[in-house]
Amino acid sequence: MKPPAASNTAPETGAFFARDRLWHPQALTPGYKTSVLRSPQKAPISFGNTLSEITGPVFGHGILGELDNDLIHNFAKPGEAAIGPRIIVHGRVLDERAKPAPGVLIEFWQANAGGRYRHKKEGYLAALDPNFGGCGRTISADDGSYSFRTIKPGPYPWPNGVNDWRPAHIHFSIFGSGFAQRLITQMYFEGDPLIPLCPIVRTINDPAAIEQLTAPLDMAATIPMDATAYKFDIVLRGRRSTLFENRLEGN
Amino acid sequence: MPQSLTTLKETPSQTGGPYVHIGLTPNFCGITGVWATDLGTAMVNRKTKGERITITGRVFDGLEAPIRDCVVEIWQADAGGLYPSPSETRGAADPNFTGWGRCPADGETGEFHFETIKPGRVPFPDGRLQAPHISLWIVARGINLGLNTRLYFGDEAKANAEDPILARIEHRDRLKTLIAEKKGSTYTFDVHLQGPKETVFFDI
Repeated sequence: MKPPAASNTAPETGAFFARDRLWHPQALTPGYKTSVLRSPQKAPISFGNTLSEITGPVFGHGILGELDNDLIHNFAKPGEAAIGPRIIVHGRVLDERAKPAPGVLIEFWQANAGGRYRHKKEGYLAALDPNFGGCGRTISADDGSYSFRTIKPGPYPWPNGVNDWRPAHIHFSIFGSGFAQRLITQMYFEGDPLIPLCPIVRTINDPAAIEQLTAPLDMAATIPMDATAYKFDIVLRGRRSTLFENRLEGN
Repeated sequence: MPQSLTTLKETPSQTGGPYVHIGLTPNFCGITGVWATDLGTAMVNRKTKGERITITGRVFDGLEAPIRDCVVEIWQADAGGLYPSPSETRGAADPNFTGWGRCPADGETGEFHFETIKPGRVPFPDGRLQAPHISLWIVARGINLGLNTRLYFGDEAKANAEDPILARIEHRDRLKTLIAEKKGSTYTFDVHLQGPKETVFFDI
């Protein structure tokens, strides 16, 4: 037998709950034009999880550098810092059973305060910030919590309709404990008037699902005279308990 | 009123967008010095057990143009059919194999490449063996929810014929969209998002 993971919780071995595919955006969303040629047209074939879906890679805290969760400084010259409103983004990673998800690798990326990405395909006229790269990562703690520092990204125009703008947002890539939990999403900021206008936001049908992507200002987590804070909880697919065992693990 | 169930809704997906590389493969897109290497670029080392293989391919859109801004991730068992994961309870996988790889499509050709080993067979929940396979997850601008599919091996006809997942596919002529053909030590796996050659995608 494999030695237990570096945690006092039993490994998760159950199959995942079926994904609610109506809660997620549909593949074909013509308002977001790029989806038209990139959306499968045939129905996906469903099957219950096998070990190939239940298992997933593990990333230890050893991969993390000291500044990986500090986008204000991780690309800046020594002694300098990225320009923009200083914020903290924090929250918890949970699963659909509301259980904390520890050890989850979270990667995030974003535009700078002017709404410009550091990418060769980016053509927006807003200036690059020489001290801002735009990427970071962290791993959730035993209680599922995570946090990082960054600057608040700016909104920006993009070629879709004649005059479409993205609301300010941060991209998130999340690994659970199983490959079937793999997820990419975007976090929006409470009160941004561009949210309901955005064709990418509007790929989601249910207003409650859009609210789930909208982080509120969290005054309790701000650092006075330093940074405001936004709270963004992330929910990954939950697993069935392994009911055929005598003892219910963690449920 | 009965008690409410304490279940939550999964965080809804959004597209990875055109700048997905900044977050997933920053060194690939020129953001260097933040971390040393991009995750998922090396799956094997000198000591890894198993048959060395290369997986390559492209992802094509509905007009059969290669998608040059996608990112492909793969997840597979080791040569003995064990996953390097805490959820693997049947034994310890090869410590010299990560099982997981990530590759951005080439910005010009759209090609992705993985240097890996051929996986062993993994049991289905009822104990039957699945054919050797690799799970793929594809994200890109224009893809609203990451796409799941599987690569099976063209030189495993007997195992493929008894695979319980492949058996689920009603339109048998679509099976070939999941089979990578071998040339030398390279298996080529092209993915088609639409049209008559549309790859079988899975709801897992």
